[in-house]
Amino acid sequence: MPKEAVVSTHPLDEVLRTDRLPHIWCPGCGLGTVMGAFARAMLASGIPLDQHVVVSGIGCTGRVPGYLKVDGFHTTHGRAIPFATGLVIANPELKVTVFSGDGDLVAIGGNHLIHAARRNIDLNVICVNNFNYGMTGGQLGPTTPKGAITTTSPYGFPEDPFNLPHLLASLGAVFVARWTTLHVRQLEETMIRAFHKRGFRFIEVLAPCPVGFGRPNDMGEGLDEMWFYRRQADYDPQAALEMLEVSMHKDSKVICGVFVDTERPTYMDNYHKYVLSKVMGGKSGAA
Amino acid sequence: MRREVRISGFGGQGIILAGYILGKAAAVYDNKEATLVQSYGPEARGGAASAEVVIDEEPVDYPHIEAADILVLMSAEAYRTYGKSLRPGGTLIVEEDLVPLEEGQKAIKVPATRLAEELGRRIVANIVMLGALVAATGIVSKEAIVESVRTSVPPRTVDLNLRALERGYEYVKEKVRVL
Amino acid sequence: MSKRVLTGRHFMMGDVACAEGALAAGCTFFAGYPITPSTEIAERLARRLPEVGGHYIQMEDELASMAAIIGASWAGAKAMTATSGPGFSLMMENIGLAVMMETPCVVVDIQRGSPSTGLPTLTGQSDVMQAKWGSHGDYEIIAYAPASCQEMFDLTIRAFNMAERFRNPVLIMADEVVGHMTERVVIPPEEAIERWERPRPMVPPGEHFLPFAAGEDLVPPMPRAGEGYRIYVESLTHDERGYPVMSPEVHDRLVRRLNEKIRRAYDQIIDYELSEVEDAEIIVISYGSTARSARQAARIARKEGMRVGTLRLITLWPFPGRVVEELSARIRAFVVAELNLGQMAREVERFTDRPVFRANHAGGMMMPPELILASIEEAYRDAKGSRRQYASIR
Repeated sequence: MPKEAVVSTHPLDEVLRTDRLPHIWCPGCGLGTVMGAFARAMLASGIPLDQHVVVSGIGCTGRVPGYLKVDGFHTTHGRAIPFATGLVIANPELKVTVFSGDGDLVAIGGNHLIHAARRNIDLNVICVNNFNYGMTGGQLGPTTPKGAITTTSPYGFPEDPFNLPHLLASLGAVFVARWTTLHVRQLEETMIRAFHKRGFRFIEVLAPCPVGFGRPNDMGEGLDEMWFYRRQADYDPQAALEMLEVSMHKDSKVICGVFVDTERPTYMDNYHKYVLSKVMGGKSGAA
Repeated sequence: MRREVRISGFGGQGIILAGYILGKAAAVYDNKEATLVQSYGPEARGGAASAEVVIDEEPVDYPHIEAADILVLMSAEAYRTYGKSLRPGGTLIVEEDLVPLEEGQKAIKVPATRLAEELGRRIVANIVMLGALVAATGIVSKEAIVESVRTSVPPRTVDLNLRALERGYEYVKEKVRVL
Repeated sequence: MSKRVLTGRHFMMGDVACAEGALAAGCTFFAGYPITPSTEIAERLARRLPEVGGHYIQMEDELASMAAIIGASWAGAKAMTATSGPGFSLMMENIGLAVMMETPCVVVDIQRGSPSTGLPTLTGQSDVMQAKWGSHGDYEIIAYAPASCQEMFDLTIRAFNMAERFRNPVLIMADEVVGHMTERVVIPPEEAIERWERPRPMVPPGEHFLPFAAGEDLVPPMPRAGEGYRIYVESLTHDERGYPVMSPEVHDRLVRRLNEKIRRAYDQIIDYELSEVEDAEIIVISYGSTARSARQAARIARKEGMRVGTLRLITLWPFPGRVVEELSARIRAFVVAELNLGQMAREVERFTDRPVFRANHAGGMMMPPELILASIEEAYRDAKGSRRQYASIR
């Protein structure tokens, strides 16, 4: 019989608020996996931890910054992006990540999302998409697949959901990727890549919510949804953006990859060029 | 003593700027108290514009005016709206070519737009009217209005505006028998 | 001459004076959404902030504007936004966030005729209760009501200083008359302008630090993002570490401290102006542009032989209740004049046993002095009799 291994430290202790663990997420939830990948990516990025700031809105994903031992802000529902916009404009040295859920970023925060992407604000946005409002018990959201059962779509969701990579690419985001919580290494590497880019970056992470979404939609437990991703996920970074809708049907594909990786002047680049260059000195930074 | 001035015309004539320059002359250069409030029509250009300036030795509490001591009108519409709002014994100054006076109405008539065109730019008609206003009423000192024009118009246009001010001032001093 | 402080004598619109006051106070960040009659503030700062190394950004709405100034404040900026009624309503959500996160920031509301879209270009004073109670929850707010262009400048500086001192949002509750009027504004030399800074941590990053533990004044020191304190700042109820705690005890303690830090500083925050109250039988209480009409009405009343004094509220919130209490002992009645249907009058009633008469108009014009005069006359006539709740709108 193998001996019990007891360790007093963990490689992520440096970046986790261990005094806040265990976390609040349900068994089978994908959020711990995404947070772990992000924590490792922060360490691997080489960017000093004091420079990292994580901002979130409301929802299960909104709890992520509370577990990370870097500067963190848990703001109001939908407002993580404008809060982070003020933060990073006032101090452009900060490496600001917005970590929030699909409902927070795309429903109530949708207007902010599209404008921050248009402006190419220097933000790294990680959107954990679990197809529903998990914290409040499984209501529909703007990424809920058509026909899916939620507590507020008991007969099946009658609307078309957002195709997030397509949306973000159309808005001019300079980096757009999608993975699932099964793709831990790819996700971590993508996060590191995103850390080293400037401008508006968007990573969608499909994650199981067995309680809110999995059970009513016959996805099974968290592990079953991971098996679904294993069967149905395709790596296809060249895929046509309009083909990236996620229907979560048992025989439909989930296409993953880095779909956009480009450059264009960031908000601050343009502010320097069009505004500050025309006034004295061209100094930047509001703080 | 509280004195109430209304300057009115159409948008684009520089009505509000004229009110601003007058108020500034009083408040900043003559050490009096002054307020300016303004109203426009909903149109961005061409609608009615009106500036209300109150000048007093005491602090001005209520900046709005009902009947003006000095009424400067630069359009027919302004005349229709405010022509009757002059206080008895007040001074009416009109843009001669734009305001069709009712028979028998006494006014100081200044062809401000024509005088401005003679100086090369019709847009300084408002400043011509200001010169006329100061000459006719003495509500602010000549030095104050000159200083106020100098510090309120775009730097490139200071000379032109000062000539316009002088032109309106002289016109009244020379041609008009102040009533 | 410093570009930040335009020292000198100016003839300046109230909105512009507000923007210049912000710059003089050290404002480095403005996020806003243009709305009449506050737009001139945004326009002025769009031009002026870049000149002094600051930043102007026009956001997609007022929800975003309010969120952005809180974010900027946590990066160390002195931050402001400006709006009017409809935008003020949208800002309520994150004014609550600023209270909860104890974030210094300044919000200017140039009030117009309301409710809803109301009278965009015409004045009103009907957001003054919203200023106190508009965001959900128990909180204290600091609000000033300027009555002149000079005060638009002076009180904006004070708003920044109070925001920094108490780590709280501070409101400038101006009205369209004051915002759009032009008057002389004297801007002092830069060295004569007092600038307060937020309390800062006494321990270096890395050492044990409780970011929401406060001392005697109940205002905790405030680190900046990126300094190395690794802070966690919560909109949820949180303990001294900043960690969320779902406990009635922690919640009660936090909410009481957030309120108490402002209440305790009453004397520092409260400002008002009394005129001719020594022999007054009736005192007219008013604020903002209406106070100018009240002064005129009181002057006329005095000429007619009525002994009338005035109390001009410069601080609206916290409400200067003590002065109302003190005055009550020696007068017959109050007249509360305001461009709404009687909002602050309710507050006055909480602090007096004297009759409170009202001079109200729903807005759209500056308060006519005659309307106040009529209420003064009514108070003079009836103050000995029963308490009249509403003066009619004439």
